[in-house]
Amino acid sequence: MAAGLTSMLALLPVLSLGAEAARGSTGLWSHLAGTVLLSALADTLVLLTGVGLIAGCLGVALAWLVTAHDFPGRRLLEWALLLPLAVPTYIVAYAYLDILHPIGALQGAIRWFLGYSSPRDFRLPDIRSLIGCIFLLSLVLYPYVYLTTRAMFLTQSANLCDAARTLGVPRRHLFRRVALPLARPAIAVGVSLALMEALNDIGASEFLGVRTLTVSIYTTWITRNDLAGATQIALLLLLIVVALVSFERWARRRQGYATAARSRPMEPLRSRGLRGTGLFLLGAVPVCLGFVVPAGYLVLEAFKRWQFAGLSPRLVSEALNTVLYAGGATVLTLVAGVVAAFALRLSAGRLPALLYRLSTIGYAMPGTVVAIGVLLVVAPLDRFIDGTSRQWFGVSTGLWFIGSGAALIYAYAVRFLAITAGSADAGLARVPRSLDDAARTLGYTAGGALRAVHLPLTRASLSAGALLVFVDCVKELPATLLLRPLNFETFATHLYGEAARGTYEEASIAALAIVAVGILPVIVLSRVGRNA
Amino acid sequence: MRQMLLGLTALTTLAAAGQAAADVNIYTTREPGLIQPLIDSFSKSTGVAVNTVFLKDGLAERVATEGESSPADILMAVDAGNLVDLVDKGVTQPIDSTVLKDAVPAQLRDENGHWFGLSYRARVVYAAKDLDINALHYEDLADPKWKGKVCIRSGQHPYNTALIASHIVHNGAEATENWLSGLKANLARKAAGGDRDGARDILGGICDVAVANSYYVGLMRSGAGGEEQVPWGEAIKVILPTFRDGGTQVNISGAAIAKHAPNKDEAVKFLEYLVSDEAQEIYAKANFEYPVKAGIAADPIIASFGELVVDKTPLSEIVKHRKTASELVDKVGFDS
Repeated sequence: MAAGLTSMLALLPVLSLGAEAARGSTGLWSHLAGTVLLSALADTLVLLTGVGLIAGCLGVALAWLVTAHDFPGRRLLEWALLLPLAVPTYIVAYAYLDILHPIGALQGAIRWFLGYSSPRDFRLPDIRSLIGCIFLLSLVLYPYVYLTTRAMFLTQSANLCDAARTLGVPRRHLFRRVALPLARPAIAVGVSLALMEALNDIGASEFLGVRTLTVSIYTTWITRNDLAGATQIALLLLLIVVALVSFERWARRRQGYATAARSRPMEPLRSRGLRGTGLFLLGAVPVCLGFVVPAGYLVLEAFKRWQFAGLSPRLVSEALNTVLYAGGATVLTLVAGVVAAFALRLSAGRLPALLYRLSTIGYAMPGTVVAIGVLLVVAPLDRFIDGTSRQWFGVSTGLWFIGSGAALIYAYAVRFLAITAGSADAGLARVPRSLDDAARTLGYTAGGALRAVHLPLTRASLSAGALLVFVDCVKELPATLLLRPLNFETFATHLYGEAARGTYEEASIAALAIVAVGILPVIVLSRVGRNA
Repeated sequence: MRQMLLGLTALTTLAAAGQAAADVNIYTTREPGLIQPLIDSFSKSTGVAVNTVFLKDGLAERVATEGESSPADILMAVDAGNLVDLVDKGVTQPIDSTVLKDAVPAQLRDENGHWFGLSYRARVVYAAKDLDINALHYEDLADPKWKGKVCIRSGQHPYNTALIASHIVHNGAEATENWLSGLKANLARKAAGGDRDGARDILGGICDVAVANSYYVGLMRSGAGGEEQVPWGEAIKVILPTFRDGGTQVNISGAAIAKHAPNKDEAVKFLEYLVSDEAQEIYAKANFEYPVKAGIAADPIIASFGELVVDKTPLSEIVKHRKTASELVDKVGFDS
């Protein structure tokens, strides 16, 4: 019942978009097919493959590094590796574009070192390319994989690794033969989250000149004023994502991942001295590139601005809005995610699975498109309430849902349900069915079992999911811009406003605030993850 | 959790109350901070409060779905195409205001009174300071002598589709396709980023000329966009290009009154205030644009570009060719 309601609420905006797409668009596809469709598809696939490979390998390798090895500074790395999460893709793109530009610091230093006086005489290749985009996105998206995979390594691998050792598997083969296959559901969730983030990115692509299908959606809608056509492209994109995810699920359809034993962290291999330092430095590289460099750049820019103009008093109300709305959306999304995943566990058959899959596709859509879908659902409701009130009481209620920002929280939930549902699903997969049966035999209802058995056992996965949602809401820009009430600012909208008027230095303060708000839960979470 | 819900409920009530008491509500795709001084001065002299929400894409969709319940009074947008989209979506209403008609030249407003330009900008060419060039036709940008030397943002950006649509009006679609292919072949890098990147990339030695909007020069050279942009602005000189049989292409920032505006009278008053001498002086200068009203001077940085000969084609005519322009961009693979 609750599950049905959850899927319905999550699905409604997508369905409205489907209805919009069905209104048809004349000549769009023949135009696209004759021009940019192939190259946009190719760019999209190359981008996804590149980010999937790099972010995936980085995330898994780093998760293994900090769980299977112990070296000086490991505790620090464990949470520091999450920090790039706090940096939105559009900020990392902007920062690196500035740092790596021919007139930027790095190339200036190289020219000085080589004795060239002007960038006209010597300069490095431009970062504005598909390859550049893949690297920059991977730098900030690998934590999705790291986070989900590490949770799995921490809680599941220990017993099985021990068992494998007893059976004579050498330690160096543990990763490939035991831990990696076991972590596959978690890796799949992490990689698909990273891929969807990459897919719906528009800011970084704009800076870096990458023309994916997402860019075609905007062109069709904004430049050619064809919303129906744009939603058709968006639905095509969704098909690609659904196909990818289904393929992965199909590939491991016969495997079970439950573990009955009480989980405990595995015993890491200790390294000291030169080897230990080496391991630390290895793990520190992604932290530096994905966080220290862009955040340091922001600190420097923000400092310049602060000296020049001080802090804007707006920042306080923006902080409140940002945290309150992101927090509210996180709670809502978490509850909905647990309900959706638990319902999937309880039910048999294809329909619930299909519903579950469909209700989480908001994550793969560009934020603005989701926001339009939400508008199509919420605005008529608002109009109905207002109209009824006017008719019966002669008083206008205004727009309840849009005017209060409730529509915004709804949009966040639709957009990010995939994260909490995925985390809950991956967490539940590790709880053996026998525990469900045992709880029911002891007289628990399904809901009671969820509270008493499943939730405590999946706490680590759930808090990981909640963290991701919170940080994502803080960073979210396009839906916030479209659905916010009058006079309502968050850090992200402030940042965009400043960027729109071209005052990037002022924007750097807001950008820094986004990163700072994102860091706090990262630290909190790393503790939860360890103690679970 | 319960406290959070309570907090949210309280906030909801507050927000709804704030909205009901509002006097003029502006939905804008233009950053409202730019006109904050004007809003303050208007509120002070009339006692009418002004609320704003700044949106990016989807302004038309939001107003349309909100329908009769929409609190929006004024819709502000940059680029005539966006204003025409609002009219096409049926979310605007015509205004018969002599004040507005007298202040805004006919080619910069809708003939039926649905939208009015409030300031305008020119699509100009930035050239490296030491480059031996002082005049240029837009058509010349496709000349092979510029091979590997031109920077420009995405061809699908409204600033560029409007320029290309203008080229279609002057030279026809077929010639425009050839022109675009030629321009594409001349690009020094991907058609990406913003207009300011053109100046930065000229300083960085990536290109010699860049197509960009006029006001960015003011933003860069004045340091309004940050100290580090001053050298970008200083690295270039500005050429006001013209079409071979016309003038320099311009575009507007403008406004329309929402169809269901709850406070229409105040809203019209605010627009009329925006075209007053006092406001035009500030409004255009806030973003280094040209004022629409005759006799008001542009900022000195902008005036230093020389005399602007505005192309005579009405904006509403250019907008009609936008779709073809956008399709040509895809056809020649301009952005890929």
